[in-house]
Amino acid sequence: MAEETKTATPEPPAAEAQRPEGSRPEGQRESRFGPRGPRPAGGPGGAREGGRKYFRRKKVCKFCVEKIEAINYKDVRLLSQFVAESGKIVPRRLTGVCTPHQRRLSVAIKQARNIALLPFAGRA
Amino acid sequence: MNRTYELMFIVRPDMADEDLDKLISTLESQVTTSGGTVNGVERMGKRRLAYTVRRFQDGMYVLLTVEGGGALIHELERRLRVTEPVIKFLTVRIDEERKRLDKIKQIRDARRKAAPAPATPEAGGETTPATP
Repeated sequence: MAEETKTATPEPPAAEAQRPEGSRPEGQRESRFGPRGPRPAGGPGGAREGGRKYFRRKKVCKFCVEKIEAINYKDVRLLSQFVAESGKIVPRRLTGVCTPHQRRLSVAIKQARNIALLPFAGRA
Repeated sequence: MNRTYELMFIVRPDMADEDLDKLISTLESQVTTSGGTVNGVERMGKRRLAYTVRRFQDGMYVLLTVEGGGALIHELERRLRVTEPVIKFLTVRIDEERKRLDKIKQIRDARRKAAPAPATPEAGGETTPATP
């Protein structure tokens, strides 16, 4: 019940700082990356925040880092971190999950959808 | 042919406890008569469904861990399908996944033992003579 109530589920922390495209509707960080496109060798001491202006943090796989091996369909709290508001599975390029884990993750999410633990589409 | 399966099923929220007990016990007896074993029954209680199923918004989740062959699972699923109050079910085979996890755990433990022993509570002092 607890995971149902919070509709604004926190995004996976690794994916927070760097959304390459404005693909998420709730992206609150879009404005900060207003001018798109990396400026190669722009040098430190830019116009704002002195230093990093297009700093892309290296994405790391949550499952590798935290050594979570069991990706189970019953673990809704874990799985819902990798499901967008619309119910879609968040792609690897956004979350940084490694391929073997993403494979297991997607299987688990699909199983959870089948038993009505996760929605197929949107918030029901 | 011994495999371990998890049967998760959802019964309608207005089902009486006694009826649910009866349903579970019939399933269990079915398992034992077909030569399997029941490893665990867990009632996960009532929770909100992620989408409407047969016009129900909530459901009682029950998780049954069963050991047995495919024929047994076939029979159990048939039973669940014809049982009126069961609105959804899912069977997942878990023995291979469990085996995989055990293997990973073993490797991890072995590595932890092989590594220099500080901060490992269970490493003890059995294979590490070099520790001060």
